[in-house]
Order: sequence, then structure tokens, then C-alpha cells
Amino acid sequence: MIAFEAHNLTVSYDKQPVLWDIDFEIPEGKLVGIIGPNGSGKTTLIKAAMGILEADSGFVKIFEKSPDEIRERMGYVPQRQSVDWDFPATVMDITMMGRYRKGKLFGRLSKADREIAVDSLKRVGMYDFRDRQISELSGGQQQRVFIARSLAQQADIYLMDEPFVGIDAASEESILNILREMRSAGKTVIMVHHDLHTALEFFDWVVLLNTRLVAAGSKDEVLTEENLRTAYGGKLNVLSRIADLVKRQEYPLREEDSKE
Amino acid sequence: MGANFTWVMIGCALIGAGASAVGVFSFLRKQALVGDAIAHSLLPGVALAFIIGGEKSIWVLFPGAFIAGWLSILSIEFITKSSKIKPDTAIAIVLTVFFGIGIVMLTHIQQSSYGNQSGLEDFLFGKAAAMLPSDIALFAIVDLVLISSIALTYPYLKLYSFDPEYSRAIGLPVRFIQFTLSSLTVLAVASGIQAVGVVLMSALIITPAAAARFFTSRLSQMIILAMLIGLVSAVGGVYISSLAFKMPTGPWVVMILSILAISAFVFAPSKGMVSRYNKRKEHQLKVRSENLLKLFFKLEEKGESNHFSRTELLNHRKFEGRDLETILKSLLGKRLLARSQDSFSLTEEGREEATRVVRIHRLWELYLNKRMSIAADHVHHDAEAIEHIITPELEQELLKDLGYPELDPHKQEIPGTKNLKP
Repeated sequence: MIAFEAHNLTVSYDKQPVLWDIDFEIPEGKLVGIIGPNGSGKTTLIKAAMGILEADSGFVKIFEKSPDEIRERMGYVPQRQSVDWDFPATVMDITMMGRYRKGKLFGRLSKADREIAVDSLKRVGMYDFRDRQISELSGGQQQRVFIARSLAQQADIYLMDEPFVGIDAASEESILNILREMRSAGKTVIMVHHDLHTALEFFDWVVLLNTRLVAAGSKDEVLTEENLRTAYGGKLNVLSRIADLVKRQEYPLREEDSKE
Repeated sequence: MGANFTWVMIGCALIGAGASAVGVFSFLRKQALVGDAIAHSLLPGVALAFIIGGEKSIWVLFPGAFIAGWLSILSIEFITKSSKIKPDTAIAIVLTVFFGIGIVMLTHIQQSSYGNQSGLEDFLFGKAAAMLPSDIALFAIVDLVLISSIALTYPYLKLYSFDPEYSRAIGLPVRFIQFTLSSLTVLAVASGIQAVGVVLMSALIITPAAAARFFTSRLSQMIILAMLIGLVSAVGGVYISSLAFKMPTGPWVVMILSILAISAFVFAPSKGMVSRYNKRKEHQLKVRSENLLKLFFKLEEKGESNHFSRTELLNHRKFEGRDLETILKSLLGKRLLARSQDSFSLTEEGREEATRVVRIHRLWELYLNKRMSIAADHVHHDAEAIEHIITPELEQELLKDLGYPELDPHKQEIPGTKNLKP
């Protein structure tokens, strides 16, 4: 089964296209790294898939359905720095947020939800910290709480944005273990990752981006010298000039009916 | 104090509590200025409602205020979305334009013959005394709506305030949550036009939350505490202003609010300035005490003797003012030093503590030298600072990592490592 499909996906950020006609598929049960230089649209791809950013054209399908139909099966780990960790909440509070659902009346959670959250915290080794204020955590611990929150979603596909940035060795080990557990449980994990060296070790599938798709497939196929040179060898000059041009136009890039 | 005045106080209590509860979410979402923009933007709504309705009753003016407040939010959103103008600029533009229009309308009303000499300018800075018992019902309804909405949607509001993108990602009705929060904010701000006035109302939204944050790290407690602070300020401000003739109430509410907030800033346990100052002092004393113990250890190490007078200690280390006396007193009190006449010596516990500090100092020097390749003659300075903060767990890790070493980079003994080997 195809877990993730991007079809002719074009997405803009701040009115400037940062992803051009991305088109690839990822089979179920893989550990996938989205790799590319800074500003290559990695985060944008994840946000578009989660429906946080709207696509200019094209679409993403998860398990052959539109993300909106299948949200309950999608776990999400945003970038750690995207929130204010001074927020008055405990580790348990944050993890419980993974249990919120659209259908649940006013977000009230049951005992079973609490048990799932407790179990998620145990898996990332943060159960002893459950009553801690999130402002007292180290970077690695914060990241583990975010992972626990996504585990509490009990999803089948997980999208994570740079969970390995700025964390300690113990947290890295803990997160890696979780990823292996997830893979053996048949889950699909798609992760933005910036470090080429560890990418080779962590993933079995790689999507190589540089505002356009350079390559997608099994890591041995994708991480070739030639592909890497294409991805990291600088931006396509004409492409970035056109992106600038698009930003300056007042009219939309595409007509509405070109959307599917 | 008449029965009417009691009603006024009840009205103000309701307004203060309700506005502060909603304000917690504005504060946490870092939207303090939006509250101010809404408050100022109410004025044209109030004026227009007066022109249409022809009377000063809050029941007539409130809907006008509410609509104007909502319009200001929509205008800010529209400007940021459809232009390159950033939110702070959009807020400033909307605030000033709405308020300007409001003042023009107000002046027009005063100069025309709108019957009952209006007194509409009371809505600038508030005049709680103008409140009628029949107005209280409105505030009670507003509070009921505010508090029950917050209670019902509390988990959503909490998640949305912390991480709006995640809310969207898991499919929560983000538009609905946004709409709810905006409506609650407008409602809260609009309820204050009579008691506090449009110019200062935003203080009652934001300041209680900011003050409450100093005392608690639980959102639910923070809301309740903010409500209490808002209530006390509103009631207190109105009471004080009632003592003087023709005094607007808003400024007094803000005065009390500010006094409470500043007190929180200064005196709050653990987060307040005083508490932080004390902690710093305490740490300073700890550092100096440990340094003096170390001095005893090193002098003993040199084999000079183990009793030292003040003069001898002063020969080896500089102490400012009465520092030496303070430190000696503290160490004698903790029984880490003993005194015989004019000389001082380490007690058994004192020697243990001194050994520990020297050990950590030398361990850290070795760690810097070995693991971080810093030259032996560069490591001392860093270790002087780090020796005071390394915890027993970290010390264990250092020992393990370095293989229970016996000599530091200067070939001096690292004392007591043998006894710590498991």
C-alpha cells in the first residue's frame, strides 16, 4: 500500500513558491528521511501534508485518501522551536494533547486516553517527569515530550520535523529506539532531517529535495554522489528568479479550477 | 454608602474577573496589543449606538461596542493578510484610525443637540458611578458567557494557545476556536467601557495575567489568580475614585492593578526580584565559603599547619570588607570550621567538604584537558567557576568517564577518588 503520495504538489510560503511540482510515492512501513539544504522546502512539504499550509496546486494523499479524511491516522511532531516552552503546562498536559480529537465533545478525555498518554511517556522515558513544568526541561527532553504526544495519537503514519536537532545523546538514543519500534510495528515515519551522515544510518527511504524533487526512493538509489551534487550544488538560478517574480505578481499563480 | 453603590461594586467585580480570565489567553498567545486595539476601537461603536439609540444605557451602547470591536479584529486580519504590512503596524493603524473616528463622532455629539447633554466622554476613562442596577444584569450575563465558554472549551483553548499548528494538524476546528477566542476578548473588553473606559481597558485584560504568571505555572490556577487580581483592582479602583468628586474610575483601577503587578514582579516567591536576589546572594556565599574551605585544604596540603589566624588567611586570599567575617561565621555555624582563640581549623566534616570541592576542581581541570584538549595552564580559571555547581551525579559521571584518576593536569593529587571507586 502507498502510505504517502505527493502529486504535482506546488506550495508557497509567504506568497513565494518553495516547492515546485513535487511528485513521489512512499510505500507503507518505511523510515523515510526528507533531506536537502536549508530553504529547500522540507518543512513546507510536511506542513502541506498536514494541511497547515495550503497547496497552490496538486495534492497529498495519505493511504490513498485526502489528509482531512484520515487525520486520526496521522501523527505530527512539529519543530521544537515552533512553540513557547515557557507556557504554563506540565509534561502530562502536553502528552494528553495527542488524544484530542475533532469528534470528542469539547475535548474531554477519558481514563483510557490518560492510560495511552502514560504509556507514551513511558516509551520515551519521560514518565518520571510527568508532573514537571515544560519550562524546566532540557531541549532533548522537550523533544521526547513532543514525540510522546505524537505517540499518544496512535497513528499509522508519523510526520516529524527535525526531531534530532539540538538534543543530547540519551534523547537521541531514546528517539532512535522509538523509530525502530515503530518500523517493526509496520508504521510509516517521514522525517525532515538535516544531517547527511546520520541519514545514511537512520533511514531506509530518502526524499531528496531542493525546492524541487531531486530524487525519491530507497536510500541506496537516492543517496548517490550525483544526486547529492544536484541537491546541494546550489539552487537553480532561473527557478529562484521565477519564484521571486511570482511573489511580486498580484494575481494568483494558478487558476482555481486547476486544483483537484 | 447607598444600595446603588453596592450594585456598582458588584458590577465592577464582575467586569474585573471576566476580563482577566479571557486576558490570560491573550497574554499566553502574545496578543497583548490586540486587546488595546479592540478597546480603542470600541469608541466609534459606542458613539454610533448613541446616535442611533438616542440614550446612554449600556444595553444600547454595548452592542455597538461589540460590533466595533469585532470590526477592528477583522480589519487587523484583513490588513495583515492582503498586504505586506506586519501585524504590529496593522494593530497601530487600526487602533488610531478607529479611535480617531470615535473622537470625531464624540465631539460631534457634544456639539449637537442630542438632548440629554450626553456625558458620553465618560466612556473614555470610565465612570463606574454612572452604572445602574439594571446594568449589572448585562455584566452578569457577559461573565456567565465568558466563564462558561472558557470552562467548556478549556482543553481546546489550552492546546490552541500553546501550539496552534498542532491543533490544525490533528484536525481540531481551528477556525471555531479562533472565533471563540476573538469573540470572548471583544466581549470582555466591551464590558469594561463604563467602569474603566476604552483608553485603559486593555490593562484589565493583560496585567492580571502577567502578574498571575509570577505566582503559578498551572494554567487553571493562573486563570483563577488573574480573575482575583482583576476583581480586586476593579473594585478597589472604583472605591478609591468614589472618594473624590468627578474622578474618572479607569485610572484608579489601573493604578491598583499596577501596584499589584509591580509587587508580584518584586516579591513573588521564586520568580520575583527579591527572591532571585536572595538566591544569588546565597549562591555567592556558598561560592565564597567553598573557596575558604579550599584555602584551608591547600594550606594544609602544603603542610604548613592546620590552625590559621585571620591575618594568615588574609595573606593568602583577598576578602572585601566584612566578607571574611561573614564567611567564617557561616562556616562556624555549619560546624565546618572550629575555632580556638584567634585561630581557625577544619572540622572533620569541613575537611570532607573541602576535599570534595578540590576534587571536583581538579577533576574538571582534567576533563577539560583530556576531553576538550585545553592546555593545562588554561584550565584553572574555568574550574574555579564550575567547581561550585557540579552535582554529585555529575561528579560520579566525571569520575567514571575519566577512570577514577589520581592526578590532575598539574600533577597534583585529586583527593579522595579512591574511596569513591565502586
